[in-house]
Amino acid sequence: MPTLTIDNIPVTVSDGATILDAAKAAGVRVPTLCFLKDVQAIGACRVCLVEVEGAKTLVASCAMPAGEGMKVKTNTARVRDSRRMVVELLLSEHDGDCQTCNRSEDCELQALARELGITDVKLTGERAERSKDFSTPALTRDTAKCVLCRRCVTVCSQVQGVSALFPQRRGFKTVIGPAFCGQLSEVVCVQCGQCGAVCPVGAISERDQIDDVWKALEDPTKHVVVQTAPAIRAALGECFGMDPGTLVTGKMVSALRRLGFDAIFDTNFTADLTIIEEGTELLMRLKAALVEKKPVALPMFTSCSPGWIKFMEHYYPDMLDNLSTCKSPQQMFGAVAKSYYAQKIGKRPKDIFVVSAMPCTAKKYEAQRPEMATDGVPDVDVVLTTRELGRMIKQAGIDFTSLPDGEMDSPMGMSSGAADIFANTGGVMEAALRTAYELVTGRELPFENLHVAPVVGLEGIKAASVTITDTLPEWKFLDGVTLKIAVAHTLANARRVIEQIRSGQLELHFIEVMTCPGGCIGGGGQPRMTTNEVRQSRINAIYREDEGKKLRKSHENPWIKQIYQEFLIEPLGEKSHHLLHTHYQKREKV
Amino acid sequence: MIRENNGCHCQQASEQELMARLDEVLEQYKHKPGALIPVLQMAQGIFGYLPEVAMKRIALVLSKSYSEVAGVVSFYSFFSTIPRGQHLVRVCLGTACYVRGGARVLEAIKQHLGVDVGQTTPDKMFTLEVARCFGACGLAPVITIDDDVHHRVKANRVEDVLAKYREQEHEPARRKP
Repeated sequence: MPTLTIDNIPVTVSDGATILDAAKAAGVRVPTLCFLKDVQAIGACRVCLVEVEGAKTLVASCAMPAGEGMKVKTNTARVRDSRRMVVELLLSEHDGDCQTCNRSEDCELQALARELGITDVKLTGERAERSKDFSTPALTRDTAKCVLCRRCVTVCSQVQGVSALFPQRRGFKTVIGPAFCGQLSEVVCVQCGQCGAVCPVGAISERDQIDDVWKALEDPTKHVVVQTAPAIRAALGECFGMDPGTLVTGKMVSALRRLGFDAIFDTNFTADLTIIEEGTELLMRLKAALVEKKPVALPMFTSCSPGWIKFMEHYYPDMLDNLSTCKSPQQMFGAVAKSYYAQKIGKRPKDIFVVSAMPCTAKKYEAQRPEMATDGVPDVDVVLTTRELGRMIKQAGIDFTSLPDGEMDSPMGMSSGAADIFANTGGVMEAALRTAYELVTGRELPFENLHVAPVVGLEGIKAASVTITDTLPEWKFLDGVTLKIAVAHTLANARRVIEQIRSGQLELHFIEVMTCPGGCIGGGGQPRMTTNEVRQSRINAIYREDEGKKLRKSHENPWIKQIYQEFLIEPLGEKSHHLLHTHYQKREKV
Repeated sequence: MIRENNGCHCQQASEQELMARLDEVLEQYKHKPGALIPVLQMAQGIFGYLPEVAMKRIALVLSKSYSEVAGVVSFYSFFSTIPRGQHLVRVCLGTACYVRGGARVLEAIKQHLGVDVGQTTPDKMFTLEVARCFGACGLAPVITIDDDVHHRVKANRVEDVLAKYREQEHEPARRKP
């Protein structure tokens, strides 16, 4: 517990704390750039330089441990000049087309320049070679804007275990990018967009598809429907300066209505549908294993998260049978909108245009997978990230914060609280258990307030078990069975779980995997920056949304009952098989 | 294996054989931490350069991404991803060699071979590269050809030095892995 002074303010910090932590505790702001809380503290950019009495040179406060008796100055002429020089050098290499850059409003480099009082870029000289990358459906790269902070590199390798991006070449010629400064499509990338989510500048962004949506909205031959993912209602407000974790479901609906969508629906509806299909699939697999003694792929993994699916296809192609065959709720929605809903309103599938608003960049990739089409018509036409939807609302001149609350349309705008929690880690598992347990036993899931406490929270890997007793007669084979479940978020954690399963250390029946830290609420398309505090605020909001609903179990959603009665007939039936289920393909590891 | 090639019976290993040798190396190193750089060095020794297929195999076996392998390869000037000539000529331009005429030696070799730095002669005999210090500053200016170190090289004598290697045309290059 060292005690030190920051600008003469005494402060005591815990062992292992850095000078930057100590400054924060003392109420002193030290500017940073490459530093990213909980992810990276490498002292690479030198923006966080401070003066430590007795030290020969200035030190990077993000990487320097706080020591007993240190006297730290954060605001001397030497510090100010050095920080300014560091940022001026960055600006001299930076392609500063700020007016047209999509990070114009939240660019950290721009903010730093302003904070450090830099009013013009005096340094000129040779520029690094620039290249743009539009090779993938979800992400775009512009290396001329890159400040070489390496946040994306660290997230891609440490958080996701993929390492699609890595520093290439050296010195002045360094480029952060895929192998040999090539295109992202040439290496293994799961399109999760966590690189773009942590990028401080406009070097990595989602592929902007706002204009495609405007075009569809102006096309009189198209009936344009929009679906909103569970996670965006707890984050969209941040695009308009609202606090993280502000629930804006009603305002979001009003904004979408003003944008001119013909129907405003909810991905939540098909999240409920997913629970029915996936829950039945799990029970069928258990029955095959326990009763019929058939070889069947267990444990079963959830399949809602397209980055995770692509990860499995690349790294564990021998385990694709363990993935639920259920399409993700986004794709189920598209398939149902262009069949069930189209029939209801007397339209042809190709006259319906489905727009998704998602917290995710990988959803853009998922929507254009060839498997995600029915009779040649894609289930989903355009995917917007939360950030794009925010920009689109601004483009339309809508004053979001003052909007009244609107209501989703029926039938596909109606959902249970179980669908809301699809937004966060542990949520799909909880939603599945709420339904499966009740289906099998006829009783409500025995957890306080229906929350499966062991799988709630930001812990990377969570596990629980539920023992099933006193089943209904048709589920007799499950009597006494202890269902072992696990929940993982981030692909590095998912990989740990898989390796433990493969080595026999872990025996499980059902595993939920979400690609992004915290689940979809921390998705690659969410408003920046998503720290763990922001994640927790959004998760709290999602649980509030769930708890505020009368219906909290997917199987209780009357509109789901109706779609089975009118259209799908039964879970895992022929129609479901055709519309709601899919298959996966093996891909190369390298 | 002797491969027939336009009537020339040169002793040249097929890509398959080279990959088999790489696999032997990988088998030995795959569980050792920090294996990437030594394996890349050995791969370059086997192939004479680092072809994509070899780098991808290395990435696969060592459980690294191709981007990471490429990042390491493109960081070090020692690694080459383009095929090189039978003999690799490196001219030291470190400080000591530079002040003792390394640049003039380089110029003379360029003139003599008719190639620029990083290029290979059309007859695939020599590849020219520069380096920064072999640790033989007392012998400056230094050049290396394959594994041989030539010291106190004079610009007007480079022709003689290179001629010896031309004569070894049909012998395989002596180059450490």
